[in-house]
Amino acid sequence: MNALRRNVLKGAAGAGAVAVAVAAGLLKPTQAMAAWNKSAFEAKNVGDAMKGLGASSPADSKDIIIKAPDIAENGAVVPVEVTSGIAGTTSIAIIAEKNGTPLTGNYNLSGGTQGFISTRIKMGQTSLVRAVVNAGGKSYTSAKEVKVTIGGCGG
Amino acid sequence: MAEPMRIRATMAGDVADVKVLMNHPMETGLRKDAKTGQLVPAHFIQEVTATINGATVLAAEIGGGVSKNPYLGFKVKGPTAGDKVVVNWTDNKGDKNSAEATIG
Repeated sequence: MNALRRNVLKGAAGAGAVAVAVAAGLLKPTQAMAAWNKSAFEAKNVGDAMKGLGASSPADSKDIIIKAPDIAENGAVVPVEVTSGIAGTTSIAIIAEKNGTPLTGNYNLSGGTQGFISTRIKMGQTSLVRAVVNAGGKSYTSAKEVKVTIGGCGG
Repeated sequence: MAEPMRIRATMAGDVADVKVLMNHPMETGLRKDAKTGQLVPAHFIQEVTATINGATVLAAEIGGGVSKNPYLGFKVKGPTAGDKVVVNWTDNKGDKNSAEATIG
């Protein structure tokens, strides 16, 4: 119980530091909801996005299965399915590594929700699609490459 | 912007398979209008929550990286046929929408 608490506190402190760093420059202000994790979503690279999620150095895991096409003809609509076989999965985040803002979504699971999320994301170019899973206060990750022939982030 | 949202929830064994299709343009704010060359203002769903019989089962934060008319699928263990699924979303302009369905 105490160990878990310490982890939670550590995560909160990390996220706070990133929020300050983001506020200091770079980003144009947009109207944000109070609860929405702005620092993570507006991060311009994978490292910052992960820090915003409080998962700066997740461990690689073979228990996370990412189902996505090897080649996506249309980057505007790339179906992605993440299944986490890790017991006690509490959240799944999906990151398209080379997008302008890599984090596409962070899904918090509660009640009896299983470690499974299916969605569709935009991809600007060929890159890794990374899933970051939080389970029992620790974070795990896995990635799969998706080749994009027509990007979906431009006009 | 409150266009209809579609939810389908079916039981497969003891797991409810919930599929949600939302209607939303999901503009990132980085795209330019092909005709005017002006940036299209950001307009995307930020928060999606789902409850079954009043208990939260999914609280998602999403960004402009999710495709237009977002699709979301998730699986919940425990509910029984006839339970009520409610899905709410809020976008960056403060628009909201809500829909409900019965697990069948």
